[in-house]
Amino acid sequence: MKRVITATVNNISGVLNRVTGMLARRNYNIESITVGHTENPTISRMTFVVVVDNQRSVEQVIKQLNKQIDVLKVSDITDESIMSRELVLIKVFSCPQQRAEIAAVINPFRATIIDVGKESITVQVTGDQQKVEALIDLLHPYGIKELARTGITAVKRGHKATNSDERVVLIN
Amino acid sequence: MSTKLRKKQTAVSTEKQMMKGSTMLIEALKQEEVEVIFGYPGGAILPTFDEIYQDGIRHILARHEQGAIHAAEGYARVSKKPGVVVVTSGPGATNVVTGIADAMMDSLPLVVFSGQVATSVIGTDAFQESDVMGITMPITKHNYQVRDVNDLPRIIKEAFHIATTGRPGPVLIDLPKDVSLETGIFDYSKEVHLPGYQPTIMPNKLQIRKLVEAVSSAKKPVILAGAGVLHAGGSEELIEYAEQQQIPIASTLLGLGAFPGDHELFLGMAGMHGTYAANMAIYESDLLISIGSRFDDRVTGNLEKFAPNAKVAHIDIDPAEIGKNIETQIPIVSDAMEALKELIKQNGVKGQNSLWNEDLKQLKQEYPLWYKEEPDVIKPQQLVERIYEKTNGEAIVTTDVGQHQMWTAQFFKFKKPNRFVTSGGLGTMGFGFPAAIGAQLAEPKTPVIAFMGDAGFQMTLQELSLVQEMKLPIKLVIVNNASLGMVRQWQQLFFEERYSNSLFPVQPDFVKLAEAYDIKGIRVDDVAQLDSAVDTMLAHDGPVLIDFRVADKENVYPMVAPGKGLHEMIGVKPE
Repeated sequence: MKRVITATVNNISGVLNRVTGMLARRNYNIESITVGHTENPTISRMTFVVVVDNQRSVEQVIKQLNKQIDVLKVSDITDESIMSRELVLIKVFSCPQQRAEIAAVINPFRATIIDVGKESITVQVTGDQQKVEALIDLLHPYGIKELARTGITAVKRGHKATNSDERVVLIN
Repeated sequence: MSTKLRKKQTAVSTEKQMMKGSTMLIEALKQEEVEVIFGYPGGAILPTFDEIYQDGIRHILARHEQGAIHAAEGYARVSKKPGVVVVTSGPGATNVVTGIADAMMDSLPLVVFSGQVATSVIGTDAFQESDVMGITMPITKHNYQVRDVNDLPRIIKEAFHIATTGRPGPVLIDLPKDVSLETGIFDYSKEVHLPGYQPTIMPNKLQIRKLVEAVSSAKKPVILAGAGVLHAGGSEELIEYAEQQQIPIASTLLGLGAFPGDHELFLGMAGMHGTYAANMAIYESDLLISIGSRFDDRVTGNLEKFAPNAKVAHIDIDPAEIGKNIETQIPIVSDAMEALKELIKQNGVKGQNSLWNEDLKQLKQEYPLWYKEEPDVIKPQQLVERIYEKTNGEAIVTTDVGQHQMWTAQFFKFKKPNRFVTSGGLGTMGFGFPAAIGAQLAEPKTPVIAFMGDAGFQMTLQELSLVQEMKLPIKLVIVNNASLGMVRQWQQLFFEERYSNSLFPVQPDFVKLAEAYDIKGIRVDDVAQLDSAVDTMLAHDGPVLIDFRVADKENVYPMVAPGKGLHEMIGVKPE
């Protein structure tokens, strides 16, 4: 299962290395990771998407992250009410005649064309993973020349909606 | 405590002085009341060694950095103080990597200073440069590279704090040469502020109550005591609690000594070469209480067959250990001593386990650890047993890794905490001898016996120089079976007796080797001389090395073969 985990960490050199090194040597599979500093420049926020087999593994990831001295707070926000977004740049093969067609395809996704070349156009789309995947699927038939994804970043909603799903509960 | 407070107060006078980085380092060590440091000089750490020269702080010059760090580990294990190591950059630092990894696995508090090339050339493959931060990141509790001399006092203070609190472990400080020569403000009075590091010391009351209830309703409870009890200094509490609740105790290798080996509730060591009683107790228990152990694979055997009927309670200061290998019903994140104190205070209703205790007592009598004496050869177990008897089990014992380590764990019944120094988690050959040096320095008046295999001893024997130089009265016992005994045993049992690279038909003359270092050397190959040789060794006022030629094909039994459950032991009785 996929879990979205966020961590606030000290914004000092080497922290990303500590965190990814730990995840790699403990055999966790990271699908994506995004890092950037927060409203407080001494603190960074990391968002991981990890693929784990079971609840116990999630607990281990969180505990091992917490063990790092430079990690301040870790949360599994998968089951929370969250907003998660990813930005993707897609360079699609396109002759001039196809441009209008592609523009029409991407329009409902609120994606934009940010560059036009002789043989290709570059589309930028922002959204949650499902939306992004759907657009990539639609653009596939035209031929994707290059694809760059940021990986998702996420925050909890300001207003808490109730959620009855099972949550990861940490001891103590 | 009062002396500590006084020293901290005198610190105020030196507060906020301007000084060089290297001076700060020594000043900080004084503030931390470090009595002895272990190390080896070299280019990048020269400024610090110059300071050591001028200041006169006690420095133990090992003959190899690995010797220095294992000695620091032995010192830390016995004294319960942090071991401090100072080495140079590049090869100096990489030579302590094994020791750092060893200390990490066995949770020993170390503060390691490694020199580094000047900040201006970091990243240019300068002479004796290596990425020590990168190399040691996964094997330290935390590590630092000092980029600004003004950060040095804070970093050293944090390093000692991190190394010695919570679950102890090694912390490394990488110190570039130019930083140690720069001048900055030395202020050691600030409190450590680490928002990301707040170990939980006190147990959750609700979980304690759950455990008390579980004990009350248990019919087959057993405690598995690990090194966490020793780190917490909770041996007395463990004895009190076990006696109060009448719960039998099994121990991990590293937990030996936390509970008296001759106590009637003691079942022995659990795991691969543990006692039949301890392993069966865990297998059949309905309540398994782990205190400061981490369910290592050498303790559990096959996880699927581990304690199948037991409710598991796990007391550990490191929350990440709880539920890591074994599913836990009652998790208690806490210092072992604090949890035990709370459990004793609760004084819950005793479980209905008198029948169980009787059964286990019988099992213990029926299946004792065994070996067969032979008239013409010394059995290694016999050797360990003799030394145990003749020292009344009072000595500090260090071991290397392998068969002799297991025999020592089996036949030396440790009565007191912190008398057993061994490399458990990492299984580092070459550990036992230098660790004995550190142990002897921690307790100069207590006899120290180093049990070593003939192979392991040859990995760090250069430290004989230190023994010679300091006249340390260590008793070096080579359990010489002219082979890598444990490797040979596995090849015999699981590789159809193909003894690939595990036999040593050619060996040095260990007696002459000892004599070359001005150390008394004796060779014993006759079982009739065993007793007198042990007497001579113990009576000798100074270092002595004895090359005990023991039975070369002896195996360690009983044994849980790899992949088997604890109840599937082989060799539980003489054939």
